[in-house]
Amino acid sequence: MSKTSGSSASGTTPKMKGDKVKVFYGEKQALQDVDLEIKPNEVTALIGPSGCGKSTFLRCLNRMNDVIDICRVEGKITLDNEDIYSSDLDPVQLRARVGMVFQKPNPFPKSIYDNIAYGPRIHGTASSKAEIDEIVETSLTKAGLWEEVKDRLMEPGTGLSGGQQQRLCIARAIAVNPEVILMDEPCSALDPIATAKIEELIDELRENFTIVIVTHSMQQAARVSQRTAFFHLGELVEVGDTEQIFTNPTDSRTQGYITGRFG
Amino acid sequence: MPMNDHIVRSFDEDLDSLKAKIAQMGGLVEAQCESAVRAVHRRDQALAQKVRDADSRIDALEAEIEAMSLRLLALRQPLGGDLRTVVASLKIVSDLERIGDYAANIGKRAIVLSGLPEIPPANGIVRIGGLVKSLIKDVLDAYADDDLELAVAAWHRDEDIDELYTSLFRELLTYMMEDPRNITASTHLLFIAKNLERMGDHATNIAETVHFQIKGKKMEADRPKGDDASYVVEMPE
Repeated sequence: MSKTSGSSASGTTPKMKGDKVKVFYGEKQALQDVDLEIKPNEVTALIGPSGCGKSTFLRCLNRMNDVIDICRVEGKITLDNEDIYSSDLDPVQLRARVGMVFQKPNPFPKSIYDNIAYGPRIHGTASSKAEIDEIVETSLTKAGLWEEVKDRLMEPGTGLSGGQQQRLCIARAIAVNPEVILMDEPCSALDPIATAKIEELIDELRENFTIVIVTHSMQQAARVSQRTAFFHLGELVEVGDTEQIFTNPTDSRTQGYITGRFG
Repeated sequence: MPMNDHIVRSFDEDLDSLKAKIAQMGGLVEAQCESAVRAVHRRDQALAQKVRDADSRIDALEAEIEAMSLRLLALRQPLGGDLRTVVASLKIVSDLERIGDYAANIGKRAIVLSGLPEIPPANGIVRIGGLVKSLIKDVLDAYADDDLELAVAAWHRDEDIDELYTSLFRELLTYMMEDPRNITASTHLLFIAKNLERMGDHATNIAETVHFQIKGKKMEADRPKGDDASYVVEMPE
C-alpha cells in the first residue's frame, strides 16, 4: 500500500487532520485507520466507489455521525489542532465552524431571506435587522445568487430551481461564517449548467474557506480540487495532488478506479 | 501495465483499435525507410517513385489516428494510464509522420542521384539506414508490447547513428574537396544522411513517449548527443 501523503509536503499547517480514524456501524467497520490532512484554502476531493467510506469520513469532520446511534468513531480528528471529539467541545458550535452542504438541496420551508437569517439568529452572531440584512446580502452574493433573488427575498426558498436551491444552501452554510465547508455530492441532483455554476462557486469560496467535497464524478474532482483522496473498502488508498492522481496514480487500485476498470 | 479490462468494453475496443492503427502506420513507415535506402543503394528510380507516392498513405493514417484519439478524449474522457495512452498516440503519430516525410525526401533525392555518377559513400548511407530501420522497429515493438527495457535500450542506440552520421559527413566533405564534380551527388547524400539522422531522433522521441506512457514520467537522462557534425570543420589545404 502506498500513501503519497500522510504528512503535508509543503509544510502548511493542516486545517483539519484525521489521525488513525476508525468508524464502526455496530459490528461493521466502515473506516480503517484513515490518516488524512485537509489543507487550508484548498479543495480536497474524496473519491471512491459506493460504500468505500468517503461520506463516512466526511461526516466525521463535523460529527454528523453522532446522530447515528450505532455509529462509533475512534482515532483523532482535529480542527486547528483542537480535538473535535473532545468532551468540552460543543457539536453545535463545531457545526457552525464546519458547515455542510448535502446531495439534495434542502432549503428550509421558509423564505429565501429566512433561510439565510436562520443560522446567524440561532447562533446569536447577529441580532439587529440591519446586521442580518447585511449577512443575507453578502452570503447570497458570495454564493452567486444575489442578483437572481434580490427582488424576491420573501418568496419561499423551495420555489427556486434545483441549482438555485443548492446555491441557497451554500449561502445558508456560509452565513454563519464557517471555516470549513463539507459538501456531500453537491451537484449530483443538478443539470450541467447548474453544476458548472456550483463548481465556479467552489473555486471562488476556496479563497475564504477550506472545502472538502465528496463526489462520484471524477471529472468534477479533477476540475474543482487541488488534492484528491481515493478511498476503497474503508481504506484511504492514496492521496495526492489532483493532477498526479488523475494522470499518474501510484496505487494500482486508484488507477483501476479512475480509468473505469474496477473489478 | 497489468490491467483489468474496462467495465465499458467498447472502451477497450477503442484503445485496441488505436494501437492497431499505430502498429499499421509504424509498419508502413518502417517499410518506407527500408525502401528509400534501397532505392539510393540500387539507384532504383521506380522504387524511389513508389516511396514518394506511398507517403500520402502515411499522412492519411496520421489523420485517421488523430481523429480516433480526439474522439476517445471527447467521448471517454480517459484518465491515468488511459489518458497517457491517448496522448502518447498523438505524439507517436506525429513522429511517425515526420519519419515518413524524411523517407519520401530520400526517395526524391534517390531519383536525382540515379542520374549522377556513382560515388562510394553511398555505402555509408546503407549502414546508417540499417541502424535507423532497426531503431524504428525496436521502438515500435516496445510500443506494441509496452516493453520499457526495449524502449530504453533503443533510445541509447541513437548515439551510434549520430556518430556514423558525423563520420559520413567528414567522408563526403573529403570527396567534395577532391573533385568538385562530386559536389552535387555528395550534397544529396549529405542531405540523405541528415534525413536518416533526423529519423533516428524521431525514433528516440517515440522511445521517450513509450517511457512516459508506461511510467508516467519523463526519461531522466538527457538524450545522447553523438552528432558532432555541426562542429566539424575541414580546412582546405
